[in-house]
Amino acid sequence: MTGNNILGIIYSNKYDECLSEITAPRTMGSVPFGGRYRLIDFVLSNMVNSGIEKVGVITKSNYQSLMDHLGTGKPWDLSRKTEGMFILPPFSYGGTGDYTGRLEMLRGIAGFISRSTEDYILFSDCNNVMNLDVDALMDFHTETAADISIVCKTGKKPALANTMVFDLDGASRITRIAIDPEASGEVTYSLNVVLMKRSLLQRLLNEAISMRHESFERDLLQGNAAKLRIFGYKLDGFARTIDSLVSYFNVSMALLDPKNCGELFNPDRPVYTKVRDDMPAIYGLGSSAKNSLVANGCIIDGEVENSVLFRGVRVEKGAVVKNSILMQGSFVASGSTLNYVITDKSVAITPNKTLSGAENYPIFVGKEIVI
Amino acid sequence: MARKMECIAMLLAGGQGSRLGILTKNIAKPAVPYGGKYRIIDFPLSNCVNSGISTVGVLTQYQPLELNDYIGNGQPWDLDRANGGVHILSPYQQIKGSEWYKGTANAIYQNINFIDRYNPEYVAILSGDHIYKMDYSKMLDYHKEKGAACTIAMLEVPWEEAPRFGLMLVDDDNRITEFEEKPKNPRSNKASMGVYIFTWSKLREYLIADEADPNSSNDFGKNVIPAMHAAGERMYAYLFDGYWKDVGTIDSLWEANLDLLNPKVDLDLSDPTWKIYSKTPTAPPHYVAPGATVQNSMIGEGSQVYGTLDFSILFSNVTVEAGAVVRDSIVMPGTVIKSGAVVQYAIVAENAVIEAGATVGERPEAMNDLADWGVAVVGSGVCVHAGARVAPKAMADEDVKGA
Repeated sequence: MTGNNILGIIYSNKYDECLSEITAPRTMGSVPFGGRYRLIDFVLSNMVNSGIEKVGVITKSNYQSLMDHLGTGKPWDLSRKTEGMFILPPFSYGGTGDYTGRLEMLRGIAGFISRSTEDYILFSDCNNVMNLDVDALMDFHTETAADISIVCKTGKKPALANTMVFDLDGASRITRIAIDPEASGEVTYSLNVVLMKRSLLQRLLNEAISMRHESFERDLLQGNAAKLRIFGYKLDGFARTIDSLVSYFNVSMALLDPKNCGELFNPDRPVYTKVRDDMPAIYGLGSSAKNSLVANGCIIDGEVENSVLFRGVRVEKGAVVKNSILMQGSFVASGSTLNYVITDKSVAITPNKTLSGAENYPIFVGKEIVI
Repeated sequence: MARKMECIAMLLAGGQGSRLGILTKNIAKPAVPYGGKYRIIDFPLSNCVNSGISTVGVLTQYQPLELNDYIGNGQPWDLDRANGGVHILSPYQQIKGSEWYKGTANAIYQNINFIDRYNPEYVAILSGDHIYKMDYSKMLDYHKEKGAACTIAMLEVPWEEAPRFGLMLVDDDNRITEFEEKPKNPRSNKASMGVYIFTWSKLREYLIADEADPNSSNDFGKNVIPAMHAAGERMYAYLFDGYWKDVGTIDSLWEANLDLLNPKVDLDLSDPTWKIYSKTPTAPPHYVAPGATVQNSMIGEGSQVYGTLDFSILFSNVTVEAGAVVRDSIVMPGTVIKSGAVVQYAIVAENAVIEAGATVGERPEAMNDLADWGVAVVGSGVCVHAGARVAPKAMADEDVKGA
């Protein structure tokens, strides 16, 4: 064991179905986000910035793009002789090894968990965009003498299956866990980042197996809410949950507020990603750009406003891009207008096309489609 | 003994680049930032790896800290190899004492042991001072085809500029018949680019002979190459036609940067088949604010533009506040240009602060006497205080007090 004594576990496929358009060819973890990142970058960076040196990435399906992105883990300094990053594909004796729930996934990596030597284990999904200070979470965990700490946030409940909603007492102890309750106003909901002792997890897992339990949330957490000291670590900074294409759009657009952008890309806890080695962005004569995030390799000769442009996007002279998210290598030809559009990687919009969605219904154009 | 390599490269990166003034006060010339995210040395290193040369010795001497740190283990250029890869070669102590690199040839001479470890047939000698994209493997094929002892890359330059260069006269087969070093009345416009390929057994012999000559200044251009030529070795010129620029002066560095904004200039840094690799800063995409105006410019990651940017290059993590104006300028990483400041025809080095209302540089049209005009330079970490002025052609390497 090296590092800070925490083993990181990432569910790369959790909630794929919420973003079915974007995750059709990939995992939630490899969903492009923020102009040059994949969602898993935030989780991995949060972990390594706190000194975590061993991370297991649980995969389920369509994880080619994820593996391509992660490589050996070098960009996160996780390419190591000892520890580092481990990709954990489905595993099963007999059966298909196709996971359905968290508990099943954990059973599939029971060997990996028991062979690890870290005292603590930290779980995370990939659909929350935040710059989490894991050290502060660990301090909270120690100070409250918690058995389990769960990162949570107050706000509108996300539309995700098995969302846990908490009642917290004055000391942040979770007194009640509700799963998928009807909730119209603001609630304190789980961001599904969970910290506990590895030995506790192993004990709970063995219990769950012997009791033929199936749900991590219902059986392992809700069922133990009274017996164990479960605490809620409330975040108030920038933390957003992606639960649909519209929320993907909104969370992306939230980065156009420099305050949010500054919190997410806190220079003390940088966000690392795979490097693409492209030149800086170039703005041509007569181009216009307002309120936009633009990544390296973009060439902008047209008009761009309120948009997020990933690496290598080209906007020709006479093209107009507004309120849109254009992923890597997208191309917008002269005379075309995009408004409330999300293009996946390498989409080409040929001349004089008009695509217009609405704020609550952005149009999505799939990978490599030519319009 | 390492695995045998057909060709390895030795990159001369020890130069001070004294004509770059305060920009090279603390860093060697090859480490000077260029093009919004690169450093000059990224070009020869990327050329090497793109040409299939995976063993590169980088010879450093002047202010090597930043360069050593930048190159690290060579990973950004894919030169972190189990066999070969990039090696920093600094002068070292030997039993007979320690010696600085006396000249370019001596630098290679002192590292004969390094080269011999790879037992190469050929050695490319490159300079860390130039911006160009070149396939050395084609030049190597040419070298082999001609059965040459030495092949020198040459570039046809405009005749009026020829007197600034080392020139070559060649026969119909491009065999070099004569050299002219910066002649007043040039007879050729074929200039040497400072890129050489040698057959190692030949070069080794001449380096040893050169070292034994007490009158030699141990320089490739002045001594070794003329000696090989005098001995009748087969020396060929290899014609290169593409963008090549020696960024040896403030003016040429400024020009070479702004060349990137000229669509007519043949230097595509976005070509996926010939990438220029560099150590990439960890920063989000850059942000252009609602009130910003950006025209004909290049912007690196992590920068934030709230003001006006015209015909300029911003490196990473530069802030241009609302009401600030940057024109015809190059602004290196981490610099902040505050509200109301005006930066024109200038190079502002890393982590400088141009405070509110300060002015740096001037437009040539605004000058009474053009002889006083030139690119203004603000050194690394310098603060130009509120209301202060950095005159054209001036170099500010200490904080400039306000009026």
